[in-house]
Amino acid sequence: MSAIIKAEHLSFAYQGDEDTAPVQALKDVSFEIEEGSFVAILGHNGCGKSTLAKLLCMILSPDEGRLYINGRDMTAENIEEKDVYDARRRVGMVFQNPDNQLVATIVEEDVAFGCENLGIPSEKIRRRVDEALETVGMTKYARHATHRLSGGQKQRIAIAGVLAMRRKCIIFDESTAMLDPGGRKEVMDTICRLNREEGITVIHITHYMNEATMADRVLVMNEGSVIMDGTPSEVFSRADELWAAGLDVPQTTELLWKMKEAGYNVRLDIFDPEECAMEIARAISEKR
Amino acid sequence: MKADIAFGQYCEGNSFLHRLDPRWKIIFVLVYIVALFLARNIFAFALIGASIVGLWLLSGIKLGILVKGLRPLLFIIAFTAIINVFWFKGETPLLPDGWAVQIYLEGIINAGLIILRVMVLVTGTSILLTYTTTPIALTDGIEQLLAPLAKIKVPVHEFSMMMTIALRFIPTLIEETDKIMSAQKARGSDFSTGSLVKRAKALVPVLVPLFISAFRRADDLATAMECRCYTGGNGRTRMNVLHSTWRDGVMLLGILAFVAGIVVLNIFAPGYTFTM
Amino acid sequence: MGKIELQNITYVYGKGAPYEIKALDDVSLTFEEGKIIGLIGHTGSGKSTLVQLLNGLIRPDAGKVLLDGKDIWQEPKKIRDVRFKVGLVMQYPEYQLFDETVWKDIAFGPRNMGMSDEEVKKAVTEAASFAGVKEKHFNKSPFDLSGGQKRRAALAGVIAMRPSVLVLDEPAAGLDPGARRRILTRIKDYQRQSGTTVIIVSHSMEDMAMYCDSVVVMNHGKVTMTGTPAQVFSRADELIAQGLDVPAITKVARALKDEGVDIGLDIYTVNFAAHRLFGGDGIEG
Repeated sequence: MSAIIKAEHLSFAYQGDEDTAPVQALKDVSFEIEEGSFVAILGHNGCGKSTLAKLLCMILSPDEGRLYINGRDMTAENIEEKDVYDARRRVGMVFQNPDNQLVATIVEEDVAFGCENLGIPSEKIRRRVDEALETVGMTKYARHATHRLSGGQKQRIAIAGVLAMRRKCIIFDESTAMLDPGGRKEVMDTICRLNREEGITVIHITHYMNEATMADRVLVMNEGSVIMDGTPSEVFSRADELWAAGLDVPQTTELLWKMKEAGYNVRLDIFDPEECAMEIARAISEKR
Repeated sequence: MKADIAFGQYCEGNSFLHRLDPRWKIIFVLVYIVALFLARNIFAFALIGASIVGLWLLSGIKLGILVKGLRPLLFIIAFTAIINVFWFKGETPLLPDGWAVQIYLEGIINAGLIILRVMVLVTGTSILLTYTTTPIALTDGIEQLLAPLAKIKVPVHEFSMMMTIALRFIPTLIEETDKIMSAQKARGSDFSTGSLVKRAKALVPVLVPLFISAFRRADDLATAMECRCYTGGNGRTRMNVLHSTWRDGVMLLGILAFVAGIVVLNIFAPGYTFTM
Repeated sequence: MGKIELQNITYVYGKGAPYEIKALDDVSLTFEEGKIIGLIGHTGSGKSTLVQLLNGLIRPDAGKVLLDGKDIWQEPKKIRDVRFKVGLVMQYPEYQLFDETVWKDIAFGPRNMGMSDEEVKKAVTEAASFAGVKEKHFNKSPFDLSGGQKRRAALAGVIAMRPSVLVLDEPAAGLDPGARRRILTRIKDYQRQSGTTVIIVSHSMEDMAMYCDSVVVMNHGKVTMTGTPAQVFSRADELIAQGLDVPAITKVARALKDEGVDIGLDIYTVNFAAHRLFGGDGIEG
């Protein structure tokens, strides 16, 4: 397995106006994303996770540090527009606001937009668009008007647009934040399926804990730095640190944590309510 | 629900006219308009009248929709009619001598023909274009027709991209306006009573957030487009390439026959010669 | 008599058109005075329509909305007064900010009410402190604030009208857990101190469980359940059948019963569960 994205000591500051000091958004951030993995980046608003997303898709460039995409150093001095374009062909983004990323009025035309930009021949685009719509389960909406879709459906169209470009890695920048629970589930199901069945590398930026539990690996950010990096079980069992970072833990973890503090011998790395209940029952009978 | 208004006049359908190539349709409309202005006598106008019935039959659009489309023209129609009837100096007076005003037969006929022309102009172009072509197909058609102009640095692609994005965001912004108006109404804004100045002022709390949101959306969209490898029109392909079919050929013949008919009637048919 | 009463309300979108949708179907409901009431339902259940009926933004096709026992549509010309009494904070309210300064924006509602300068000043200061808008931000442009600060300024703009009923549509949407808790706690504190009747619309079962005194569940334009959070969440099967979720902790309690540890099915907060399990931490909410 090779790293599709590698960040080394990334730092970034927003330059304020004359009378305000620059705001340090990222401080010395390093990590590697393996191809085919599902990584959640977790943090409260303003922790630097959105800035990180903008660096990864090269809308901003870091003040310091190196960023490698597919082994190519995107921060090198001799980097040209062509290389950026090339990297963007490999790493796609799905943004927060479903309304602001769809370009065309008709669903299939929007899915085709990226492919058209790449200069792919018409018949090939047609095939890819049909496939992509099939993958996200939106085939029957192909000729519908984009603005009439629900939030979850719009995000799935955005995902299809990325898929049609045959990208191997998708960054989701808080793509579920503006959706209702139904829409959120729709999008999360699609993301999980893409990762498992299509082998797409997923980087999911979010502040919803339960979404992070679905990932293979969780990076927790606070004040511009990565403060935790591990499997969901490892990360969520450190509930006190998460609370301190302005985050929540799943209710199951919170209850187990309270039991542990009350002197019960329980595991902390359980998210499923039924498993949690079994663990509690076990711990209670053990104590008796 | 309100956002539906924005989709303009397009009537869903699958008629002969719906299935024409938008590029050809634009050309047909131009030719049709020229033909309308070529007509010189009452027989040529009769042919024009027949043509509109023909277009209507080919479009499969309900008559009521066409009539509705003419309603905004009532004022212009009435105005031209009055001017023509009272100011036209013809040879056949209709009122006895000594009246303060005189009306001539030619004036009435002239007015009738002008009204017919205006009505056909509006209805015919609507049937050919806006009623039977989606805005997006229309934009595509314009872009591809004007494509040769890009060689002399006319920003054809940019123009069509602007149109596409505008069409995409009109419903979104209408919805947003609705929401902001509700929010300000909940804080006591009053849009429906008071003087004109007062009402215009009441719109400030709606327009400011609306503009700010439109800028934010534009910014987001630009980022999203960049991430989807958009670099302008160069080297871009399209999924849907427009194809001409036998229908376009048939329609072309029809239109040419129509033009020829008008010219022939102009020259050979006797009758009142129309002036304007 | 409740603070607001809905009597046999029906509301239809696109009346007469082939796509007409019955958003509310013969709904009767009473909102008790001085409580925090949660309104739950999935998208399209009719809850957003209901919210707009409460302050007269839309008019019911049938039925009556009674505020303090009086039909709000008795004098349609005075509907503006109803909107001052029933304050509505819409979803993502930060998008309604418009004025040059935060202060002026918060004062917009009170000025529309025709308050004197003195009163406006008092109302704005009070509302800002309730909503957590800091004094140092008063003279800033609202567009220079952070997301959370904008949300609080918008909330202050409605509270400043001193409504006797405060309706909030998804007040915590899009906020991270910390900001979520802060704004909901502010709303709860405000309710306790002012005695205002508060109606919160939310998708989050966990939030509803934590902050509401009673809960109303809607589905397909009808009210399907009402009661305290404990009563409503103990009927988890029905909630799930209506496309809603229950707090994870409620699921744990149900699973525990199957494991032979019965702490009751009316569990809806972690502290409550902990208390029933081993007496830790005490009861909250």
